[in-house]
Amino acid sequence: MIEAKSIAKTYPDGTGALHDVTFDIRAGESCAVIGPSGCGKTTLLLIFSGILKPTEGKALIEGEDVTASLKELALIFQDYGLFPWKTVYENASLGLELRGFGKRERKRIVSSLLKDLDLQGFEKYYPKQLSGGMQQRVAFARALALNPKIMLMDEPLSSLDALTRENLQNFLLQLWRQKRITMLLVTHSIEEAVFLGRKVIVLSPRPGTVIKSVDNPDMGDLNYRTREVFFDKCREVRQSLDGGAI
Amino acid sequence: MQGSKAELRWWSYLITAVVIFGIWHLVAVILDSIALPTPVTVFFAFIAGLKGDLISHLLISTLRIVYGIALAFSLAVPIGLASHETRVDKFVAPFIYLLYPIPHIVLLPVIILLFGIGDLSKIILIAMIVFFQILVTTRDASRNISENYIYPMLSLGASRREIYKHVILPACIPKILTAMRISVGTAIAVLFFVESFATYRGLGYLIMDAWSRANYPDLYAAMVTMALLGFGIYVLLDQVEKRVCRWVYV
Repeated sequence: MIEAKSIAKTYPDGTGALHDVTFDIRAGESCAVIGPSGCGKTTLLLIFSGILKPTEGKALIEGEDVTASLKELALIFQDYGLFPWKTVYENASLGLELRGFGKRERKRIVSSLLKDLDLQGFEKYYPKQLSGGMQQRVAFARALALNPKIMLMDEPLSSLDALTRENLQNFLLQLWRQKRITMLLVTHSIEEAVFLGRKVIVLSPRPGTVIKSVDNPDMGDLNYRTREVFFDKCREVRQSLDGGAI
Repeated sequence: MQGSKAELRWWSYLITAVVIFGIWHLVAVILDSIALPTPVTVFFAFIAGLKGDLISHLLISTLRIVYGIALAFSLAVPIGLASHETRVDKFVAPFIYLLYPIPHIVLLPVIILLFGIGDLSKIILIAMIVFFQILVTTRDASRNISENYIYPMLSLGASRREIYKHVILPACIPKILTAMRISVGTAIAVLFFVESFATYRGLGYLIMDAWSRANYPDLYAAMVTMALLGFGIYVLLDQVEKRVCRWVYV
């Protein structure tokens, strides 16, 4: 269970990023947050990862105040968050290394993950030798290696081409269906939000506040994109975004 | 593939060396002055020197310069990396700003008064000048590390020490090695300066000695040896960089 209780964040330079943001995501639920660029979406994720502190309000995970990074939580970044000086294998096993896993166990976990993610044979490559889609899969491998219960994702697919993007959307959907990871996905694509979010939260321009929370009970199917309800849902989300006067 | 590429580069270096010596030879022949012997004359003087005491002078110069650079490196890199912390930088930055632009070489008399006329003074002067070059670069590199590299570490629960080990140090290494390569030129210049008096050992002494004896082939042989010393250290650092920073070159 993830709860935002009237979270507000104002940066030291006076920029108001978030204002009175309240929502909750049940355990195992998938939630997409959508809003115009610069509406404080990234700030929200950094608060839930314990990297930033809210100016007002509370960020709760399982009822506990978020003060530091939690073991069961993984964060995925738009620019993949990989280290160019580490190979694919070193990047993917970094989280395990930091958590004190032994060499053999790291190898076992990471090797099978890289295989699942179609990255086998690329262990010794450096990130810049890979395509954007492959880099983001390495980032997913690093996050999944820690077997997280919660995944926070900051526009994880927005630098990818349309085809790769759909592939990884499908991957995320299957991941969610199989493992029931609680997902909080920040995106600025309406279609992505509706495809992946069981609940779609619409934020206003900066300082971001919740305009609307749209329930999306029909999601969860790979064919959802082609169904009439999908387009209706996209239209509903688009209208609430327009209502926020972008 | 890799092999043929390396071979190609070797050839280009060889051709360049031939061109340089060719121009030297041509100018020497045209000027026809005892002050500019031909490369062949210098080569024979160089070989004669190798049979004499050129090697021992080269060795002492090498030690001075290597100790100087090593001393500078071991002080400048930790301070530069620690400057990533704003708390540290608040102290370091003003010192750099005030002390870096000063010509440190004029401190020679002070250093000699404090540390004597032996090798220690020579090493300290080389170290002092190279120190600032490495420090300025390392500090700039560590200050400019993007938050986008720090956030993933924080989200993985990394400690400060782990952030230094996995992010700040590896991110700065290419810049540090570049700074060291650049500082080799400076270090050799300072080496010549500190060896040009109050010593009877080292390549700088050899140059001054041959000059005063008006033995031009010996003078050039010593100068070429000094150039080779700089070249050797440069190549060494270049190889270290290629090995340690493989990710930059892939």
